[in-house]
Formats: sequence, C-alpha cells, structure tokens
Amino acid sequence: MTVPVEFYMVLSGLVFLIGLVGVLIRRNLIIILLSVELMLNATNINFVAFSAHFGNLAGQVFVFFALTVAAAEVAVGLAIIIALYRHHAGINVDDFRLLKW
Amino acid sequence: MPTLIFLYFAAIIVVTAALVVALRNPIYSALSLLVMFFHVAGLYVTLHAEFLAAIQIIVYAGAILVLYLFVVMLLNVKRDDRYNRQGPVALFLGAVLLTEVVLLTASHGLTVASPGPAADGERVAGNTEAIGEVLYSTYLFPFEMASLILLAAMIGAVILSKKDIMESKSS
Repeated sequence: MTVPVEFYMVLSGLVFLIGLVGVLIRRNLIIILLSVELMLNATNINFVAFSAHFGNLAGQVFVFFALTVAAAEVAVGLAIIIALYRHHAGINVDDFRLLKW
Repeated sequence: MPTLIFLYFAAIIVVTAALVVALRNPIYSALSLLVMFFHVAGLYVTLHAEFLAAIQIIVYAGAILVLYLFVVMLLNVKRDDRYNRQGPVALFLGAVLLTEVVLLTASHGLTVASPGPAADGERVAGNTEAIGEVLYSTYLFPFEMASLILLAAMIGAVILSKKDIMESKSS
C-alpha cells in the first residue's frame, strides 16, 4: 500500500461535499436520497482507508454496519416516497409544507 | 503505479458523484451512481478489502440501486425538476467544508500518524475469514443490533407502503 492515506481522506471529503450540496440544492426526493447514499459511501471510503492504514479490521466491520443502516434507510425512505406520491401526486420537496413554519 | 490506479478510481468517483447531483433525469443519476459504486468497489480491492468490494457490488449495486430504479420507473417522475432556492446555503456549507479540507491538508502537510503495529496474523488469513472472526467475536452485539434495525426497517416499509391501512381495518 503505497498510496498515502491522505489521498483517500481528500477523496472522501470531496464526495461528502458533493453529497451535502446535492441534498441542499435538489428538489427531487429521489435525488436527495441518492445524495445521502453518496455521503454514506464517502464515510465508507474513509473507514476502509484507515482500516488498511492501521492494519485494523474494525474499520471494515463498521463499513458493514453502515451498509446495513443504508439498506434500512433506503427501504423506509422509498416507502415514504411512494406514500407521499399517492397523497400528493408528486415528489417535489417544495410541495410538502405542512410542517413548515 | 498504485498511485496512478488510485487517481483513475478517484477521478471517476468524483466525476460520477458530481453527475448524480447535476443530471436532471433521475434515471441517469441512478445509473451514474451505479458506475460510482463499481469504482468504489475497485478502490476497496486496491485496499485489500475484497469482502467489502463484493458486498458493495452485491448490496449497493445489486439491491439498493435496483430498488431506486424500480421506484423511479414506478413513479414516472417528470424530468423538469429544477434546483432548489437553497443555493446560497449549499454554497456556504460547501465552501466551509472545502476550506476545511484544504486547510487541514495544508497545515499538516499531508501527514497522518504513522501506521500502528500491523496485525500480521490477520493478514495471513483471508480477508473474509478475518472479518468473520472479528465480526462474530468482538462485534457480536452490534451485529445482532443490525438484524434488529433491518427488522424494524422491514416492518416500517411494509406499513408505510400499505394502501389505506385504516380503511381496510374498518371495513
């Protein structure tokens, strides 16, 4: 492993940044969930890079748990999107203002 | 040479991640996310995490992304989706994070603490076997909790997407 771990940190930071900007600027709920997946993948890259750097397998185990949470998040999130689509005939986040002040 | 391979994977990952956010058609976004997942799996292989690379492809590309594509095609989303008015907030937060990355890498001169003692015993065994041993001994309780999370998500998804649960109960 000759690639320094800082490269992985910078890559992970960039991907997390793109995901955060995507969550904030897009109006389509599905794209927002995809951006959350981007952020989860950024943390996973960091976990695996440090796991290889320190020779400790705990990082890879935590990627496993992050993946479990991502799967649960997708299942519930997509169910919520389908329920919203049934009631409002759209998944634009600006249309849902019931809980807005 | 390993740096070159890493730079290839990193460039594709960053470009496809930007495409996920920038493209207007949700199907194209999901497909570019698929390309990104494959390249993240390749990155895992270069980091000697072969088990996670396989899991990444099977679970992320095989299950999660298919679910996304299924919902996108089920809902028949119109593609005239515009950007939100939260652009300034996104720009501000993005600029803060970007300066953080730049400052951290600049001030520390791209040096992280030297690697700790490499657990060579785990390196001799296969990656999958080593992960299994750690997962079922040290992290057994979190592993059981993960199964509980999946059960809760499954019940929640079924209840949320069930049509008119109250009416069917009353009738």
